[in-house]
Amino acid sequence: MIGEGIQSSNQRRHSFVKDHVEVGFFTDPSVCIGCKACEVACKEWNQVPDDGFTWSGNSYDNTGHLGASTWRHVMFLEQDRQKGNQITGPMGLPFEPASPARADPQSEDPFRWVFLSDVCKHCEEAGCLESCPTGAIVRTEVGSVLVQNDVCNGCGYCVVSCPFGVIDRRPEPLPDAGGAFKCTFCYDRQKSGLVPACAKVCPTESIVFGRLDDLRARGAQRVQQLQESGYTDAQLYDPTETSVRGIHAFFLILGEPEAYGLPPKPQIPTIYLKSAWTSAFATAIGSFIATLLAFTFFS
Amino acid sequence: MTNDQLSEKRLDQLREQAWKDGVVTDRGVDVAGGPIPRKPGYYGEPVVRPPVWTWEIGLYFFIGGIGGMSAVIASAAILFHHLDLIRAAMWLAGIATILSPILLIMDLGRPRLFLNMLRVFKHQSAMSMGAWILTGFGTCTAPGLIAVELHFHHVFGGTMDQLVRIAAGIFVFGSAFFGTLLATYTGVLIGATAIPAWHLHRVLLPIHFGTAGLGSAAAWLELIGHRIPALNAIGYYAAAVESALLIWLTFNKHGAADRAIHEHGSGWLIRIGEILNGPLALILRLFGLVPFAAISFLIGSLVSRFGWIAVGKVSGTDPEAVFASQRL
Ligand code: SF4
Ligand code: SF4
Repeated sequence: MIGEGIQSSNQRRHSFVKDHVEVGFFTDPSVCIGCKACEVACKEWNQVPDDGFTWSGNSYDNTGHLGASTWRHVMFLEQDRQKGNQITGPMGLPFEPASPARADPQSEDPFRWVFLSDVCKHCEEAGCLESCPTGAIVRTEVGSVLVQNDVCNGCGYCVVSCPFGVIDRRPEPLPDAGGAFKCTFCYDRQKSGLVPACAKVCPTESIVFGRLDDLRARGAQRVQQLQESGYTDAQLYDPTETSVRGIHAFFLILGEPEAYGLPPKPQIPTIYLKSAWTSAFATAIGSFIATLLAFTFFS
Repeated sequence: MTNDQLSEKRLDQLREQAWKDGVVTDRGVDVAGGPIPRKPGYYGEPVVRPPVWTWEIGLYFFIGGIGGMSAVIASAAILFHHLDLIRAAMWLAGIATILSPILLIMDLGRPRLFLNMLRVFKHQSAMSMGAWILTGFGTCTAPGLIAVELHFHHVFGGTMDQLVRIAAGIFVFGSAFFGTLLATYTGVLIGATAIPAWHLHRVLLPIHFGTAGLGSAAAWLELIGHRIPALNAIGYYAAAVESALLIWLTFNKHGAADRAIHEHGSGWLIRIGEILNGPLALILRLFGLVPFAAISFLIGSLVSRFGWIAVGKVSGTDPEAVFASQRL
């Protein structure tokens, strides 16, 4: 965390892979400055190809969303809400009845810019991993979820099975096209005792890498700290109560998860299997019986 | 208007365009900051990812359904000694056995690695189960078809012919077993995903896909000349079930969460498909227009398979559908 200098878990060498320690990311938008160094570091280290240069018009975010060639994505949220104890005044914005903040032209115009670096959540119960028919997706020693590029045959089933819309199939003509890609948690770096590239470069330690139990404690502490200093809507995003049973890359968020494009109650799709297969078996037996009856009575 | 107001107005226009198209391509565009999101979600970006599957998968659902269920008809035909029907139905199953894997492999991002599908057996992955079901189906259907033909043409005599007959029976029943699963598992495949409009209808989907498969197999056999009362009865059954499903789908609405089924082009595909293989096929059959009923049913089930894939694409790109499904 901030102030720890080279003692911070973001800078130290480690032996988590060898020791089989569960690790994670804690990403904190309240200190993020939106520099996108994590996006760049990720692309560089992992040699991820570019995925188009489009101007989105959505604040300063031209990346859009996570995908096969975007493993870190810095979101730029513009909200008409107060940030902490921020002092606000009228900004002279056009009168707009739709927005309660500006229903009165003389009112104060609270405004905040929130940056959050999004990443694969490395779910405790991962939809992508469960659904993969080739066994290309595995759980590593540090509890992260890894796609083995040489095994994946690009069936695309993980794409619709991730409750967070993270993993995607890489289209032609990009290098390694046809396979499914997502954040590797820099497994290669971790194996040699290095910290994931994004956490390593993050200048404000908005991204913290470390032992999962440590991070969870830090996260809870940080929320309390922020609450006390006026960020009343600070909360942790870690869906432990749903069938996903928690995420290893969890976030602190200001406001509602929906604004960050995060599902409020993500569910792993395997929970739907029981009812769907029951229906399938019933239909299979029903069709057999219907056919036999048709032949019995109309032969 | 002052200059300031003009540029404000231009800014608003640009924001609107950014909202609508996701991207502004005008020359000299330089917007300071973007619009404050007015819709729930992050600038309308999808929350889950839409399927990457293309036309091959819709066609595979259709052909796998026909092939699988025609093996069921073949097994019933064995029990009731309709020798011609056994052959025709097994040929249908045999053709599906060849086409289905081709379509599946064509849809892979890396077709040359298709055998990796058989690296593991994962009951919690409907895709893995499907790969094994298709393998089982092929393993029974190909020798089954060969045995049926050997027996029909009396290639062998005496005891050998008896053995061939028994083998044919065993393989055809095996093929029927895997066939029913082949026609229905596809509903599980898309039902057990994160796409809201799919998983909300995970019980309806296998019933729809399985029944459409059975009806299509019967319809196809009727069209190639097997106009027997038993197939007509199956046609009635399938069209009746499909009509019931249409009613179910109409009343079982989940608002924004499954609006892809009721709105947009995808909604139209579903509706047209369901009307063609439900009420219309039923009415045509009641009037004795069997070939027309068969054609209507076949087109209907083909259209609705593509409809369900389209629903997945629309629903998967709709952030509000995801939020709504989780607030239910
Ligand atoms: S967020 Fe998606 S891609 Fe990442 S581990 Fe979870 S299910 Fe897999
Ligand atoms: S696309 Fe690759 S990683 Fe994803 S489910 Fe299929 S084989 Fe597994």
